[in-house]
Amino acid sequence: MSDHPAPNFKNPVIRWVDSRLPVFSYVHAEYGVFPMPKNLNYFWNFGALAMVVLVTMIVTGIILAMQYTPHVDHAFVSVERMMRDVNSGWLLRYIHMNGASMFFIVVYIHIFRGMYYGSYKAPRELLWILGVIILVLMMGTAFMGYVLPWGQMSFWGATVITNLFSAIPLVGDYIVTLLWGGFSVDNPTLNRFFALHYLLPFVIVGVVALHVVALHVTKSNNPDGIEPRGPQDTVPFHPYFTAKDTLGLAVFLMVFAFFVFFAPNYMGHPDNYIEADPLVTPAHIVPEWYFLPFYAILRSFVDGWWVHEIFFGWWATAKLAGVLAMFGSLIILALLPWLDTSKVRSCRYRPIYKWATILFLINFIVLGWVGGKPAEEPYVTIAQGTTMYYFFHFLILTPLIGWIERPKPLPASISEPVLKAGGGAQIAGATAAKMEKA
Amino acid sequence: MRKLGLSIATAALVAFGAGQASQEAAAASAAHPPQGDFGFTGFFGKFDRDAAQRGLQVYVGVCASCHGLDLIRYRELSGLGYSEEQIKAFAAQFEVTDGPNEDGDMFTRPGEPKDRFVNPYRNVQEAAAINGGKAPPDLSLIVKARAHGLGSIGANFLDMLQGGEFATGASYVSALLGTGYVEEPTLDDKKLCKPQPAGKSQEDWEAELNAWSLPPGTYFNKWFPGCAIGMPNPLYDDAVEYTDGTAATPEQMGQDVAEFLAWASEPSMEARKETGIAVLLFLAVFTGIMIAVKRQTWANVKH
Repeated sequence: MSDHPAPNFKNPVIRWVDSRLPVFSYVHAEYGVFPMPKNLNYFWNFGALAMVVLVTMIVTGIILAMQYTPHVDHAFVSVERMMRDVNSGWLLRYIHMNGASMFFIVVYIHIFRGMYYGSYKAPRELLWILGVIILVLMMGTAFMGYVLPWGQMSFWGATVITNLFSAIPLVGDYIVTLLWGGFSVDNPTLNRFFALHYLLPFVIVGVVALHVVALHVTKSNNPDGIEPRGPQDTVPFHPYFTAKDTLGLAVFLMVFAFFVFFAPNYMGHPDNYIEADPLVTPAHIVPEWYFLPFYAILRSFVDGWWVHEIFFGWWATAKLAGVLAMFGSLIILALLPWLDTSKVRSCRYRPIYKWATILFLINFIVLGWVGGKPAEEPYVTIAQGTTMYYFFHFLILTPLIGWIERPKPLPASISEPVLKAGGGAQIAGATAAKMEKA
Repeated sequence: MRKLGLSIATAALVAFGAGQASQEAAAASAAHPPQGDFGFTGFFGKFDRDAAQRGLQVYVGVCASCHGLDLIRYRELSGLGYSEEQIKAFAAQFEVTDGPNEDGDMFTRPGEPKDRFVNPYRNVQEAAAINGGKAPPDLSLIVKARAHGLGSIGANFLDMLQGGEFATGASYVSALLGTGYVEEPTLDDKKLCKPQPAGKSQEDWEAELNAWSLPPGTYFNKWFPGCAIGMPNPLYDDAVEYTDGTAATPEQMGQDVAEFLAWASEPSMEARKETGIAVLLFLAVFTGIMIAVKRQTWANVKH
């Protein structure tokens, strides 16, 4: 995978192993001397952070599974037993519960970093698409994990979301029955969700491995969005990024620990401390916060909305249109490398698209906020407006700005803004340097 | 980096502001009672043992005739400062159904520390049948289950930063029992539990409230969403006789039982916070070391 020659290991055992299975050479090449652009900022920490959270989730999840009972009569109580009777069970459960939220926070920042600095552009399109696949797998895993405690929101969230598939023509009802393992969300549903919740993380690990392999072929993008010209533009991964990633990790763990120890229920819904009851519907059924932007897109499609009537009304129900839009909002993310017509990667040198990207972020946050509101005015109108903007950004703004925008001149190399005086690029570089040392 | 960070902070602020503003506008949920004063909030918070012990008295003397506390075992009361002997004596007051024995019969015996709090009913069906079709909710997790719901991420942000925990749920329990019941509800009382529906004018709303009357078999409680609660006012002056001599007013009993139920909803909270302080201290030192390591490592790199 790398052109670097295998290092000459002094330890004879390592040498013996490495000449038969070159794991040490691999680590040396990919994490030792691996060249990293030296101008990376702290937004480049989030990939490593996501990896740490993934491992944390798998480790805590496996231990929790040893105490959990996937049965409708026992699931809720078995979770409470962990909280009360299992040694440090509360700690494991709260790490796992808040870890899900942390995973999405970290991954959303990671994705937005990719969007802002153009990390999805050639030659990193496959790397980007693998990332979108990871996001989709994470959403499936998180959704099924939320069902397992068998609280009211677990049950009703599962009912609402699985019911969406019934909107698919012809095979919809068949798919829903298959998901449920019967004719309503019940014990078979809980069992298969548990099995899949245990399986999918390992699928994620597989795709993450591909994501990392692809990254190590194309190597990291950087805030200037230009390829390193040579060794003067890069530093070896170790010790430079082992140190920097560990610092980022320490700060991140403080945030994570704050939630686990001092606000563990802040991001959860209180109704999930009520055991599931198929006969009592909660006043408002809301998914976990990280699904809210997509939930808002789903709910925007109602009969009579002109966008729905023009694009879907003549061939699909509002429900189907909502489902298609929701999945479409993820698929469109995977198509971003081809929707963006600009040759310049980084928004640092794209005066118009930079603001479009920041507006997209604000719009996404508003989508998430409105997704947690009841389906009434003015929220419906806000949801519909922000849904339209989401697609408008990708389908119209992104290609259009790429054509009309005049990007700022790119520096000749990553080192140039640092070494040369004068010019706007120099200021940006100096600011970055100051931040790194702060 | 700084510019992007600023932009993101601005975006977050805009969204946060929008969330705050919407809290004013959102009339979808009933009013929340004012936040009570509980010992367990904050980073060093601990359950108020005295209040919780009085709350246990209220639970046993009043609530337990209709509400179960299924998730708690008598032995866990050691967390409230009771000794092993006290717990044994306490548990022994209750009759526990056990079995089957060698002859295949169920039998009763005095409670032991390992037993769960005895439920007033044999099963949910009996609980529902006796209480007009709806079983009284189990109280083991009631404080966590009644903490503010929908859209709370924006609304409870500052509360969260201060370690507010589930104080909103405890405040609800306390206010519902202590001050919620009103014999002759005024228009303002009704406004609390029946908020203005979206798209309805002030006059229409008030007219509707004035015309509204309690459904039969229910009682008016201004903190109960929808106003009509199935539970008659359970607390009156001296409903229990406190062993520590505190005057047993409904407000006092509501507050005490809320503290007790907060403990019941998460007895491990104190251990959690103690661990959390240690973890954060460790991470602060570790972060400091890593800042030094990182600066040292990058000292020779111009970037």
